[in-house]
Amino acid sequence: MQSNALNISINDVTKTYGDFYALKDVSLEVKSGEFLTLLGPSGSGKTTLLMVLAGFTRPDYGSVKFGNEEVVTKPPHLRDIGMVFQNYALFPHMNVEQNIGYPQKLRGKSKSEVKESVAEALSIVKLDGLGHRGVAELSGGQKQRVALARAIVFKPQILLMDEPLSALDKKLREEMQIELRQLHDSLTMTTVYVTHDQKEALTMSDRIAVINDGELKQLGSPNEIYTNPNNAFIADFIGESSLLPAKVISNKTYLGASEIMISHPSKDDGDYLLVIRPEKLFLANGKEKDTNLFSGIVEGSIFQGESQLLVIKLDPGSFGEQSLRMRLPNGSNIGQKVPISGEKISVGLRKSDSFLVE
Amino acid sequence: MALIDEHVNEAVLKNLDRKENFTLFGLTVPYLFLIFFLIIIPVGWLFYMSFIGRDGSYSFENYERMVTQKSYIRIFLTTFKISFLTTLICALLGYPLTYFMSQLSRKWAGICMIGVLIPFWTSLLVRTYAWLVLLQRKGLINNIAIDLGFISEPIKFVHNTSGTLIGMAHIMLPFLILPLYANMRAIDKDCLKAAANLGATPTRAFWTVFFPLSIPGLLAGLLIVFVICLGFYVTPAVLGGGKIIMAAMKISSNIELYFSWGAASALGVVLLVVTMLILYIASKLVSIDQIGGNK
Repeated sequence: MQSNALNISINDVTKTYGDFYALKDVSLEVKSGEFLTLLGPSGSGKTTLLMVLAGFTRPDYGSVKFGNEEVVTKPPHLRDIGMVFQNYALFPHMNVEQNIGYPQKLRGKSKSEVKESVAEALSIVKLDGLGHRGVAELSGGQKQRVALARAIVFKPQILLMDEPLSALDKKLREEMQIELRQLHDSLTMTTVYVTHDQKEALTMSDRIAVINDGELKQLGSPNEIYTNPNNAFIADFIGESSLLPAKVISNKTYLGASEIMISHPSKDDGDYLLVIRPEKLFLANGKEKDTNLFSGIVEGSIFQGESQLLVIKLDPGSFGEQSLRMRLPNGSNIGQKVPISGEKISVGLRKSDSFLVE
Repeated sequence: MALIDEHVNEAVLKNLDRKENFTLFGLTVPYLFLIFFLIIIPVGWLFYMSFIGRDGSYSFENYERMVTQKSYIRIFLTTFKISFLTTLICALLGYPLTYFMSQLSRKWAGICMIGVLIPFWTSLLVRTYAWLVLLQRKGLINNIAIDLGFISEPIKFVHNTSGTLIGMAHIMLPFLILPLYANMRAIDKDCLKAAANLGATPTRAFWTVFFPLSIPGLLAGLLIVFVICLGFYVTPAVLGGGKIIMAAMKISSNIELYFSWGAASALGVVLLVVTMLILYIASKLVSIDQIGGNK
């Protein structure tokens, strides 16, 4: 990640609409050359933050710096940053070439320079030869690429993307995720990417900023956010998880009547949630060390292609009335019998995978 | 399963299709009658009568007159001049107003729209005479202007071209605003944001993105205004004070004064043909859908 692209410093940015806080004292540093994702459900404030960066929304107060330059009062057309809009926002009255050449023309480039840079941008997004197509003749994926080419043709140091893949079908979306990431790596850019799709965020980002209710909830690498969410909202929002109510009483953690082991030092007395990732559970034989064992009855066993999803109702006497979800990969457990509905089973969760959130 | 090449339920389904088509046709029959009796027959009759001369025999004299008589040529020139100027004034007044409305929130735009529509729903005759009251020699505008000392002699607003244009532009304005507003509302606001993000100043973004995207709505509005103006009667008759004679007024006088149905019909046919010609040319420029204001 050594690059000369501008870094972005967001400090104390707040935006209200009446009594509603769209952004509440958000401070965030996007490193030079980094791919940072703003992740949150709809209405969380992530798009508002992106609009503040682009200059379309003026915050009530706060500072936004590109490099060392304060830009919070700068109008959008002077910010010199690329942006890909959710619905592409291609100009329908221009063809592909004119769309991509538009920012270059505004920058007073000569005809040949415009032509050259448009051809280069087209080849970067793998649309060589489509320059004369009309916008209406393009498929969704192609429009996406044109929008991207238009945003990078003037070689901006900062690229903003607002849910650019949300209109594409799943397969194309997954291909584009990898392609966008590669593109980011090959160009010298700091990228801020907005999405509500946690899997997309995990796939693409150097770091993820989880935003909810206008606040920055957690900032970290995909791995940190996934394995170590710092509250119940993030544990639930990112990845699959079962959240089971647990109690801490004088340094001991209880799930129902049973004491369980946790990976981190004990929390203060009170009510917490035990986070269980379905894929971390395994069928136990009772000999494992440092493992929490849960016994129960299989309520549902559902074939889902690459994995088998089990819904397990825990033994109410030991754990209270609750159920959890478990995911067994199909194929890797040859010789093992797939548990069926109604079967009594015992599943294990390693101590290192067991943690509490508030 | 008696025949091998017959698929299951094929005949039944085909029968169902036929039945549905028949029902749908049955439903359209009343409207076909309506169109036939209210449009096809009257227009056909118009054509027929335009070829009947004064003495009751077939002749081209009604059309010949239009080419040879100076008064007719002047009437056509006046009709086109007034229509063109009215359209131009509507465009100059209507475009900025509609742009302003399209940038307001839905609530305020709705209030402005009511301001546009209330006069639109008021009787044409009432509005025309209201202009006469406002604009005449001793009318409200002249009196106020004299009282305030802007002018010493009343300005002659009515019974001439300017009065006609003021009245007609006022009456025609909604016809321009409505399709243009629908078009402007449909322009993707993100396109303007994109233009700004890519480095366009607000003025530049307007001329390179917004204006080109509003042209279909503008053309639709201009077309409607122009075509309606061509056949306009009441306003030029009242505010023109007999000095502005447009085609529709000549049709009226042909019937009322000269009882010449043939001459009146021929004028009607020419107006109809010109209108259709303009619509045809316009349909080459914009798709017909957009004339209704849809994108």
